[in-house]
Amino acid sequence: MTETAPDEVAVQEQEAEKRTVVRTQQVKKTYLMGEIEVHALRGVDMEIYTGEYLSIMGPSGSGKSTFFNMVGGLDKPSEGKVYIDEVDVAQLDAYELAWLRCRKIGYIFQSFNLIPVMTALENVTLPMVFAGLTSDEARDKGMELLGKVGLGERHSHKPNELSGGQQQRVAVARALANDPAVVLADEPTGNLDLRTGTEIIELLKEMNENSGVTVISATHDHKMLSVSDRVVWVKDGQVDHVRNREDLDIEVTHVEGE
Amino acid sequence: MSERRLAGGREIVLPMSKAVEISFRSLKIRFGRSLITTSGVILAIAFLMSVWSNNEIISSLRNADKSEINLLLQKNGIETGVTEAGDASAEAKARMEEEQSKQTWLISLSLLVCVVGIANAMLMSVTERFREIGTMKCLGALDTFIVKLFLLESTFQGLAGTSAGIVIGFALTLGLALLDYGGYTFTYFPVSGIAESAGYALVVGTLLSLIGAMLPAYRAAKMEPVEAMRSDT
Repeated sequence: MTETAPDEVAVQEQEAEKRTVVRTQQVKKTYLMGEIEVHALRGVDMEIYTGEYLSIMGPSGSGKSTFFNMVGGLDKPSEGKVYIDEVDVAQLDAYELAWLRCRKIGYIFQSFNLIPVMTALENVTLPMVFAGLTSDEARDKGMELLGKVGLGERHSHKPNELSGGQQQRVAVARALANDPAVVLADEPTGNLDLRTGTEIIELLKEMNENSGVTVISATHDHKMLSVSDRVVWVKDGQVDHVRNREDLDIEVTHVEGE
Repeated sequence: MSERRLAGGREIVLPMSKAVEISFRSLKIRFGRSLITTSGVILAIAFLMSVWSNNEIISSLRNADKSEINLLLQKNGIETGVTEAGDASAEAKARMEEEQSKQTWLISLSLLVCVVGIANAMLMSVTERFREIGTMKCLGALDTFIVKLFLLESTFQGLAGTSAGIVIGFALTLGLALLDYGGYTFTYFPVSGIAESAGYALVVGTLLSLIGAMLPAYRAAKMEPVEAMRSDT
């Protein structure tokens, strides 16, 4: 008995470390395009753990974006189940879904999707308003978040007065507004040049390391590889293969060696 | 499971003051755009109001039954000499009835123009913001929250547009009446009738703006966020 105890502790520790935050079970999605059925997803099983930085890679049309939307509770699967924090998303009513999106998930989009009529600060505080924070609390927290992404000075600027990179920074701050468990980034660097793209990736990694938030990003930007803990390749609506960080390092150095 | 989690969080309620603030500012910032939308409402209501108030002024003048006014009315092709007492010839009565039905037709037509104009303007203003609605849903806005915002916004817009339309429509009619009938317009000014017309126009304009905006906003709020964001482009 005394011999097994340390093992059990070790197992428990490992389990605690690898707590699942998002789990999908045979997720399928079929679109009807005219007469033709398009199978965007053909049964995806996936577990995403708390605190990891996961990238979903794949060419356009691979079902990557569809899978991403499922994971984020933005779309419902035709078949199969998606669990976010062990809650079946399909079982949630509109109120609970809004609550989930508000508190548990932060979204970052390729096209930033800031509200054009609001200032940077107002954009960041909007999710806090939805969460029921008072104006004062929201303003303080919003300023703090903008400071973290390096835009404290520009809080009163409207999105069209900010560069693409700055807009995406505001979006990152907004995603973190309600201290979510998961940040979902859909092609966050897709509309950015190489340098600002790298900055956004670094910012996301920093947030991931500092506050332990799980980052899931759909991308075909290979700059993402070096910061990801795990990379999932999606092909033809299925998971093609998964690479861990250790394997990736080897691959990256190998490529560089060539 | 979800209930347990939900119990942990505070209930999400959108304070009214915040909603008013957001929707009001949204109108102010989009001033140019909302002016174009509102102008649809203004024109429709101005038309409605001018038809109504013109009716009121003329019937008031006719009821006065003064020979010099009747002369002016007849010059403008309006049947006179028929009062409620009704000692007119059958021919005059028939013409009177014909005119009545023409008036009814004109009013229905103006109402129709109003409905189409306002509904179109409000539909456009909401449809072009589907992406925004989708984004708000992603950020955790409740459907009711979104509907509330648009409800307020379209009410403000409808009220402002309708009021402006009433003033413009009335001013135009008054100007024309003054040209035709001079001072008599004021002597027999149908205050209560005009006020009543203005009241109706206000209700019609505001209600139509509301309905025109509510339907697309409600549809957008019910959509899955991805759908709402996709349909924009």
